[in-house]
Amino acid sequence: MSASTRRILPGFNLSLGYTLIYLSLIVLVPLAAAFIKTSTLTLEQFWTVTTSPRVVASYRLTFGASLIAASINAVFGFLFAWTLVRYSFPGKKIIDALVDLPFALPTAVAGIALTALYAPNCWMGRLLEPLGIKVAFTPLGVLVALIFIGLPFVVRTVQPVLEDLDTEIEEAAASLGADRWQTIRRLLLPALLTGFALAFARAVGEYGSVIFIAGNIPMVSEITPLMIITKLEQYDYAGATAIAVVMLMVSFTLLLLINGLQTWTARRTGKVR
Amino acid sequence: MSAAIASNWSGIGAERFEQKAVTREPTWVKWLIITISLSFFALFLLLPLVAVFAEALRKGWEAYLAALVEPDALSSIRLTLIVAAIAVPFNLVFGVAAAWLIAKFDFKGRQLLTTLIDLPFSVSPVVSGLIYVLIFGLQGWYGHWLSDHNIKIIFAIPGIVLATIFVTFPFVARELIPLMEAQGKEEEEAAIVLGASGWRTFWHVTLPNIKWGLIYGVILCNARAMGEFGAVSVVSGHIRGETNTMPLHVEILYNEYQFSAAFAVASLLALLALVTLAIKSVVEWKGRQVAAIQ
Amino acid sequence: MSIQVQNINKRFGNFVALDNVSLNFPTGELTALLGPSGCGKTTLLRVIGGLEYADNGRVLLEGEDASDTHVRERQIGFVFQHYALFRHMTLFDNVAFGLRVKPRKLRPGETEIKRKVHDLLNLVQLDWLGDRFPPQLSGGQRQRIALARALAVEPRVLLLDEPFGALDAKVRKELRRWLRRLHDEIHVTSIFVTHDQEEALEVADHIVLMNHGKVEQIGTPQAVYEAPATPFVESFLDLDDHGPDWLVAARLRRKGYALQPVSEHRSAA
Repeated sequence: MSASTRRILPGFNLSLGYTLIYLSLIVLVPLAAAFIKTSTLTLEQFWTVTTSPRVVASYRLTFGASLIAASINAVFGFLFAWTLVRYSFPGKKIIDALVDLPFALPTAVAGIALTALYAPNCWMGRLLEPLGIKVAFTPLGVLVALIFIGLPFVVRTVQPVLEDLDTEIEEAAASLGADRWQTIRRLLLPALLTGFALAFARAVGEYGSVIFIAGNIPMVSEITPLMIITKLEQYDYAGATAIAVVMLMVSFTLLLLINGLQTWTARRTGKVR
Repeated sequence: MSAAIASNWSGIGAERFEQKAVTREPTWVKWLIITISLSFFALFLLLPLVAVFAEALRKGWEAYLAALVEPDALSSIRLTLIVAAIAVPFNLVFGVAAAWLIAKFDFKGRQLLTTLIDLPFSVSPVVSGLIYVLIFGLQGWYGHWLSDHNIKIIFAIPGIVLATIFVTFPFVARELIPLMEAQGKEEEEAAIVLGASGWRTFWHVTLPNIKWGLIYGVILCNARAMGEFGAVSVVSGHIRGETNTMPLHVEILYNEYQFSAAFAVASLLALLALVTLAIKSVVEWKGRQVAAIQ
Repeated sequence: MSIQVQNINKRFGNFVALDNVSLNFPTGELTALLGPSGCGKTTLLRVIGGLEYADNGRVLLEGEDASDTHVRERQIGFVFQHYALFRHMTLFDNVAFGLRVKPRKLRPGETEIKRKVHDLLNLVQLDWLGDRFPPQLSGGQRQRIALARALAVEPRVLLLDEPFGALDAKVRKELRRWLRRLHDEIHVTSIFVTHDQEEALEVADHIVLMNHGKVEQIGTPQAVYEAPATPFVESFLDLDDHGPDWLVAARLRRKGYALQPVSEHRSAA
């Protein structure tokens, strides 16, 4: 063993070996299976499956609704984080803890709860129907579900940055006549973008909370993960996998993007790891 | 992807902002912001939660309890507990090993490994289930070999466990890596210099230092393991009384228009979520205390 | 116990931390490794202690080659720069740790451990703090506990990495006098790393001056101060070199030296 590979703390080889084997068996090999399975299709077949009108309609809904939901969350999540950091009001601790509800609440439970709220003749549904707004079993329902699951991502990325903001920075900025918002924006923008991207990435893959409220009408309110399930139920494994590969590539791109954004946030807020 | 789920040990009161003139908005702006954000909170987070319990109790306590002690419901509860009891310890051991590796040693590819551990968070739950079907399903790589030897993985408990392990894979590791990196390795070195063995060092020096982070990771991992729907739905086959976890049972009841029963089972999962959030808050508070005295 | 290092080399990537270093540390004496930050002094200390492996060269403890001996078997006491006290253990348990982890055959009984730990806590004058936890202590107190913990295993050698580096000026002065007296009492061969000239001159029996991974001069404090062997040593030991950088540079230029990176050691604190 050469000097540079010897280590004082024990367990390097053990933990490296264990981590790599476990990671490969549980994550890497199964993910590779998806790509290998797709290679049984010709490029033309792959293209036909992944661009059939019904699938394209599902992309439009999934990505469109995710984008709108993440934007809405960026605005209200920021306001909410601001409220939690800057103001005191009764019940704040409990509300702060409940922000993480969408992380902790099983998606199926969220799905049926939202459906129960927004279905016609139900709680919110009854209020909205006279206004001509239908939420459940329409793309609007998908949007509502994606707002629900995405909110904590924005709040929890913006909140710590707001908390770390030194009151003195703002005071100094104010004394120099600078706009308070300029200071805040410089530090906050990266965090807000990260939260937006996290909420978007989560929304794109979401299944459980959406399928109950979506109504799953072909060409109208089918999300992409549902298309995979539909293909599987027809025993079209190659087709299901092809769509899965498209989704995986989107996920990986988003993962890289988010990693970049997080590094940027860390640099702006002076917390380089 | 999990930055938002990572623990937030800081937490400072709002007073420092409210007391200074520059960082204070006019009162009407303040109350406008509070009203808007709390309405948003109530509409999108609180109302669904209330709806679960209201719908569950709509037909009264007797119907509620009857829905919970029904045999299929009981078997789904049992299966959910079994799956979590297997998946969580697996990911716990992995999380500790990976965190030890990444936080205490320098080696090539360390950054890449950290990113790869995060990977399952970015994969859609449905895809997470599908990849196991591709390997172990009847049409999959080992499908024929498995069916020849009468081993069932897909549409059986092992498949459910595997899919659950996949979706909860990063939880413990994600929590421990930044914590252990921040603590450095001097204490471990000190223990080794004093003659302690590797295990002794781990049990008596490292473990007590990461205790709260570990509990935090396990709590979140468990909540997700018990509540996972998409991935499990793909591999389970929905066999009543056999391969139905609680979330799947909720789905079946709901699709059969047994709304009160569906919400009754769902209310148990919602309670689990509330308990998780409560423990999480306590752990965060504890962690903050520990950080404060150091 | 005597310590010798022979032809030690150590690189971190492209950075040469130790460049063919050979040294003798006499038995029972207190030696200071002195130099600016990044000069390799801490690396050398860690190589001697076995916390770092040299790329080549040998470390001899009592004439025996210890290069391949694991740090666990070297029987050294090491005091870390930031003390590295076990933060979740009481001070008593911290000091007792080294005794409790001994193999069963060598492990003293619990009453014996208790006696020994109390002796050590008395030695560092902190017996009354035994059931406190490290975060409740001041920096100087932590430093003394770290020393007691290192001494508990009756080390053959005591190694201290910047022992006073993290303390404020007043505590620092008190503590280094105290360390000197303690060493006169226990006479364990000791090496400490410092970037503070005053500290080295006041406390050590011998000084090893290092720069850029090389040894510049070895000798008693008086010898190195009165007869600096190289321009670096002269400028580094010049206790007048306080003041702004331009002043230090001007003084040096007046003495006819090319500029050395003297200001480096200031930022290290």
